[in-house]
Amino acid sequence: MTRAHLAQLARDALRYPGRLALAMVLAWGVCVTVWRFHSGLGAVTHLSDGMPWGLWIGFDVLCGVALAAGGFSVMALVHLFGLTRLRPIVPATVLTAFLGYILVSVGLLYDLGKPYNMWHVFIMHNPRSVMFEVAWCVILYTTVLAIEFSGLVVERLHWRRAVAFLGRLTVPAVLAGVLLSTLHQSSLGTLFLIVPGKLYKLWYSPYLPLMFFFSALAVGFAMVIFESYLSAFVFGRSLEREILVDLARILLVTVVFYLGIKLEDLYARDAIGALFEARPETYCFWLELALLAVPAALLAFERVRWSQDATFLCATMVVLGVVINRLNVSLVGTYAASGSAYWPSFQELSVSVFLVTAGVLAFGLAVRFLGIFDAHAESAVPAEHDACRECV
Amino acid sequence: MIETTPAATGATVEPVGLLIDATRCIGCQECVRACKAEHGLPEPIGPDLNSTTYTVVVKRAGQYSRRLCMHCIDPTCVSVCPVAALRKQPGGQVTYDADACMGCRYCVFACPFNVPRYEWDKPRPVVAKSDLCVSRTSRGHQTACSWVCPMGATVSGPRSRMLAEARERIRLNPERYVDHVYGETEAGGTSVLILSGVPFDTAGYPRDVSQRPLPETTWRVLEKLPYVVLNGGIFLGGLAWIIHRRMVFQRHPELLDDLPPKGEKP
Ligand code: SF4
Ligand code: SF4
Repeated sequence: MTRAHLAQLARDALRYPGRLALAMVLAWGVCVTVWRFHSGLGAVTHLSDGMPWGLWIGFDVLCGVALAAGGFSVMALVHLFGLTRLRPIVPATVLTAFLGYILVSVGLLYDLGKPYNMWHVFIMHNPRSVMFEVAWCVILYTTVLAIEFSGLVVERLHWRRAVAFLGRLTVPAVLAGVLLSTLHQSSLGTLFLIVPGKLYKLWYSPYLPLMFFFSALAVGFAMVIFESYLSAFVFGRSLEREILVDLARILLVTVVFYLGIKLEDLYARDAIGALFEARPETYCFWLELALLAVPAALLAFERVRWSQDATFLCATMVVLGVVINRLNVSLVGTYAASGSAYWPSFQELSVSVFLVTAGVLAFGLAVRFLGIFDAHAESAVPAEHDACRECV
Repeated sequence: MIETTPAATGATVEPVGLLIDATRCIGCQECVRACKAEHGLPEPIGPDLNSTTYTVVVKRAGQYSRRLCMHCIDPTCVSVCPVAALRKQPGGQVTYDADACMGCRYCVFACPFNVPRYEWDKPRPVVAKSDLCVSRTSRGHQTACSWVCPMGATVSGPRSRMLAEARERIRLNPERYVDHVYGETEAGGTSVLILSGVPFDTAGYPRDVSQRPLPETTWRVLEKLPYVVLNGGIFLGGLAWIIHRRMVFQRHPELLDDLPPKGEKP
């Protein structure tokens, strides 16, 4: 490389600070990756025997799976419940879900002490283990998503035969996806049922599985709104307004429902008093509640639902609320009982940022090349095809 | 993994127990050293359990408390391990197979007694905890720690006998002991039983441990999942079918002309 090249590179870097930052995040991510696999978990994380699960489980895995939940709920609405009006959001949600689950799997590789033994779940069974059940569901569901995603790709490529073949798989795949998601979304909550003595009473509840499921449902819809709005900014493409308003309504209902069971549960367990104890856990719990109650209250107004900015704000709050919930359950809630100190290390944060960046990048590429938000994307399959498939 | 079925040992094994009487312990650390020798672990004794220290003896509230894996009767760690790397042997020992383990650390997270330790500094880490000297106890021998204890503060033998012995000691010397055998009901019962002269939480043993086996908490949910799949599948599939048929007829009313099938028209 000549000096002129280098100079050009430097000029480019200065001209596009965003790209420079991106390159730095990715390069540093690669460094930490090498570091982590060369020197072990202790070298790059602040994990300890008291806090054996940290940011990578709390954020990369728990939040990753929850934020990708739109994949099953939207697919169910469109393909099982016949809400064909929502069809234009299918590509974006399938893409989000597929990328999300890939990232979760990659995140797990970082977190597992012996990732090269991951395949053992295929040959060594322990049906009493929640982790075993989650592993199988995630593997199977990622396969389902791969089928749904390839449907998307072949549609764009106009491979008629493949489209027809995958089209016939759609309804069974969606049904399987809904069942598998119901299982593992809730089971991520079940994971924490085993620690009644460690998880703080604001979060430990026999209904954790239900709460994880319904919060995943809510945040799945919030993510669709969130992504659509941002894509409008970045790529100039977004969803139609009517659809976003529909989604806002669905979001409102799911958030209110989730909030409802959360509060009912506190009441049923006689834990309402814990809401007013001056402890760090209390503040974290209130933050979580506020990030759900405020958007719910706002979305109750027709004006808010019809304002794209306001709806986006509400969706963002719900996303944050659920993210905080997962961090609360996995980190904040077990912190006091663990007797050890934990704050994610810079390297742990780097890996999470690295994965999210890679995900956003992949999303952007897909939006550009697969026309994810093109409502009128020419499709090899006419819109009513789905319903007609059953025509005899 | 070591085979410890009754057939392999040639005897009907009664699950092993370990009775630790903290009031008799003089803190000589012989058991800790014996444990290290038995398992080929390097010297330095950690202040607490660590990846090379399966048991510790620490002074708490004027008494020496010994800690190690409790070898629960229905072990939480065994129930949570996705690849069954942790197993309950017929002889009562809870053993670990490092080759099977994938390092999820759910066992470390879930153990109600905070026992399992992880090799955080290794690129190929393993979980570390006591195996109740499975290679000795499965052949009817004592554990290394009870073998060396000069005060008889740790003794091993069938759990039922250890429990009877513990109760007897409390009955004979009620003023010497807290009236509770730690491990009799903790987490549904453990193979290791502990007697103490000071309350167990001040002696450094986790309090608030559930008195029921913890695997129940997750099994209650897991056992319902097949029904969720079955009933949910039928319900959703059926609903989808009804909705789709309606949509089809809405779009193609002419199809209704052929229905009901020919020959059955009134
Ligand atoms: S004390 Fe912990 S590590 Fe030992 S058997 Fe019980 S659950 Fe497993
Ligand atoms: S860390 Fe290993 S032994 Fe422990 S639960 Fe995970 S796979 Fe099983």
